[in-house]
Amino acid sequence: MSQAPGFEYAAAAQDGGALISKRPKGAGKGRRTPLSQRAARIVVLVLVLGYLILPLFAMLEFSTRGDFDRTTKTFGRTLDSFAAIFSNDDLMTSIITSLEIAVLTVFGMLVLLVPTMVWTVVRVPRMRRVVEFLCLLPLAIPAIVIVVGIAPIYRWMGQNLGGFGASALTLAFIDVILVLPYSYRAIDSSLRSIDTATLSDAARSLGAGWPRTIFSVIVPNIRGGILSASVLAIALVLGEYTISSLLSFNTVQVVIYLLGKRNPYVSVAVSLAALVFAFVLLFVISRFAPGADSRAQRAEEEPA
Amino acid sequence: MARAGNYLALVPFHGYVGLFLILPTLIVAVGAFTTAGGSLTLDNVSSVFTSSVFLDAFVKSIQLAVITAIAGAIFGGLLAWAVARGNPNGLLRQFVIAASGVLAQFGGVMLAFAFLATFGFSGLVTVFIKNQLGVVLDMSWLYTLTGLAVVYTYFQIPLMLIVFLPSLDGMRQEWYDASASLGGGSWAFWRYVGGPILAPSFLGAVLLLFTNAFSAYATAAALISQGCPIITLEIGCQMQSEIVLGQENVGKALALGMIVIVSAVMAVYALIQRRASRWAQ
Amino acid sequence: MSVASPSPAATGHGVAVAFEDMHRWYGSVHALRGLSLEIAPGELIALLGPSGCGKTTALRALGGLDEVDQGRILVGGKDMTRVPANKRNMGIVFQAYSLFPNMTARDNVAYGLRLRGVDGAKRKKKAEETLELVGLGAQASRYPHQMSGGQQQRVALARALAIEPSVLLLDEPLSALDAKVRRQLREEIRRIQIMVGITTLFVTHDQEEALAMGDRVGVMSAGRLEQIAAPAELYDRPATKFVAEFVGLTNRIPGRTDGSDVEVLGTRVPLLPGATDRGAVQVLVRPENVRLAAADGGTGRVLAVSFLGSLCRAQVALPDETIVVAQMSATESAGLYPGATVNVSVVPAPVFAVAE
Repeated sequence: MSQAPGFEYAAAAQDGGALISKRPKGAGKGRRTPLSQRAARIVVLVLVLGYLILPLFAMLEFSTRGDFDRTTKTFGRTLDSFAAIFSNDDLMTSIITSLEIAVLTVFGMLVLLVPTMVWTVVRVPRMRRVVEFLCLLPLAIPAIVIVVGIAPIYRWMGQNLGGFGASALTLAFIDVILVLPYSYRAIDSSLRSIDTATLSDAARSLGAGWPRTIFSVIVPNIRGGILSASVLAIALVLGEYTISSLLSFNTVQVVIYLLGKRNPYVSVAVSLAALVFAFVLLFVISRFAPGADSRAQRAEEEPA
Repeated sequence: MARAGNYLALVPFHGYVGLFLILPTLIVAVGAFTTAGGSLTLDNVSSVFTSSVFLDAFVKSIQLAVITAIAGAIFGGLLAWAVARGNPNGLLRQFVIAASGVLAQFGGVMLAFAFLATFGFSGLVTVFIKNQLGVVLDMSWLYTLTGLAVVYTYFQIPLMLIVFLPSLDGMRQEWYDASASLGGGSWAFWRYVGGPILAPSFLGAVLLLFTNAFSAYATAAALISQGCPIITLEIGCQMQSEIVLGQENVGKALALGMIVIVSAVMAVYALIQRRASRWAQ
Repeated sequence: MSVASPSPAATGHGVAVAFEDMHRWYGSVHALRGLSLEIAPGELIALLGPSGCGKTTALRALGGLDEVDQGRILVGGKDMTRVPANKRNMGIVFQAYSLFPNMTARDNVAYGLRLRGVDGAKRKKKAEETLELVGLGAQASRYPHQMSGGQQQRVALARALAIEPSVLLLDEPLSALDAKVRRQLREEIRRIQIMVGITTLFVTHDQEEALAMGDRVGVMSAGRLEQIAAPAELYDRPATKFVAEFVGLTNRIPGRTDGSDVEVLGTRVPLLPGATDRGAVQVLVRPENVRLAAADGGTGRVLAVSFLGSLCRAQVALPDETIVVAQMSATESAGLYPGATVNVSVVPAPVFAVAE
């Protein structure tokens, strides 16, 4: 009895880390999973992943085909189709065009989104919901609908703004809109992971003005989100077909499609290359950028 | 004064979104009810409801979206289950998540070519079966709605994984253990606890997949070269074809129809999400 | 509060539980290394130990949530080792978040009854009675997310009790709660447990909790039971070095021993069995067994004094810079202030000593 009141000291911290763990210690290594369930899991993985991998493998097989050998009934293997990408002027021009659009889109998206989002967090929180709503709105308005509505605007620009109005680079205006939902989420998860309001209060109490606070204090802390927002924007622009084809701009997807009618091998080769490019980019980002993929991150924070 | 200044900083963003998102939407909405000359009319909208071509395109789009949403939800859900059962830090999980992030966006022309390279007339599977089994398969289904359903399912599965995996991860071992200690077997757990907890997020995911397939244009445009059997293709055809006098704004009425359907589905989705997140504590 | 001897209220339907030489491997990790333990009917055993000592594994094995690779579990004399969890009829309260979020408190409590085929009206009545027992009769229609952590754990307790289990298992049920709620709830759990008379295994890493609640406390380390004894005995007569150091606050003061006694700070103190018995040793002395007397020219120098209500605790530096903590009632603390010099001695209560 007499000894009881003093014990908090030594005890409290013993196991502290485990308290926030979602799974109890020992869970998952409890009773062994029944054989039927393990078998079902493997069947699901093989079938579904097989379905997802088959077309990718087919692209590789298709794009590396050489001459057909009648006796063995197999194709030779060659990288000619990949080499042909670089000797095709239309294709190279369109790739450059799309990359330029991608750069403009990333720039426009960042300039538009980052200051606005930071501002809503630190100065006008009541506008946060409005900005979120507007950013997610493109999910509810299909791209094809945007084209229908924007075609008259582009017709007007083409007629009245000279070379600029007729340039494929103007597609960046629409691509910024299309990428808003994805970029918003990426940056938002970064902003939520830091205490933006306190950070900016601290910076301002130390004498920083607003521009300095945003660009030298907040931006460096959300660079993970900015990075993944940018990568998502690049991926979207390089894969965009609906709007450029209907507005008759020769972006890379439009040219791949047209080329595919004459030489499907090169088209498949470009598609595969673009896909691998996007995959590597996103995989690298999800591994190294903090907050880039909140799901993967959450999984890592959770003790096994 | 300072207050007004705070809001002033948001003007560029709102202006931009207004010009490139709201204005086009308004042009669609207003155009759906006006003639090319600008006078009010209900002809555009009524032609959507009276033309069997347009109605058919809507119906086929909805069918396609429903079928691929359900197929994607089932297979993607199973995949998510298989991934969630595995090691939370394992390579398989990281790989599947990263791959899904890319493949869910992998629509359009590139996906169409991937399937042409697989099931097309000289695709991997077709050629393999011809050379090894001597059977020439009829692969023309690929260029029909059936083919479209198979191809759409390809990007629905990874999207389902991305959307649904967090809900599965949120399932707590304690719930299963508690149910077991109270006398519940596997069936009782899924019937009374696991099923009801996952139902809202599963249903929400199905709706999201629905709008995803319903809105898709590029994949269908790259795969289907004859006719405009679904609504997005029909709208594209309307834009590209010769304009019949008096029909200039029918495309806008079709587009408005899409907005109405997608918005309704998204509204239900938002309601379900709210319910799902309430339980997430 | 806590009762040192087996509960006098063990008149209910409690059953005896026994672990016999239980072993459990996770891959190469040997989580249980021959754990044997007997729990009397109606008794509350608290298993105490650092994380990873196997206490949770033992509880989960008793509940059927984990398997043992070797050994037996007997409940009421019957071998339950291979019986699946859902056939064991044991009530388990988990650390936190175990309530089904899609059900109200009432439905959570009624869940086990529903699985037992109890009809609607009956199980509603029983659920509400049980909620009444834990003081939540008015909250029956609330969902878990509408309740505080403490309330949720009360519902979890009610849910476990509603099925009238043979054994109650408490797996760190208080560790996610605020200190104040934790203390309140632990007294309430103890009250209900004694009232119902149910045999209970309580697992915790919090020694204050274990000592306050257990009829007996078992200290575990590395998959083994180090000692099991009534709280006072565990505290006053630790059987091993691990127990002496893990339970309670302990000073390590240099001393010399000749076999039966040890000399520390000028006092000869009897050694506990199991202690190192030759040469220079570190003597483990409880703070309340350290005596301070304010004296000019004393050998100890007071570094800090803190008041804990009716108690006072002082840190004192010895000439060799060993820092000793002493605890006394506040009335005895006159003349103690930082910088004061004191004479330090120890009370001749049996102590544990370890090699230097």
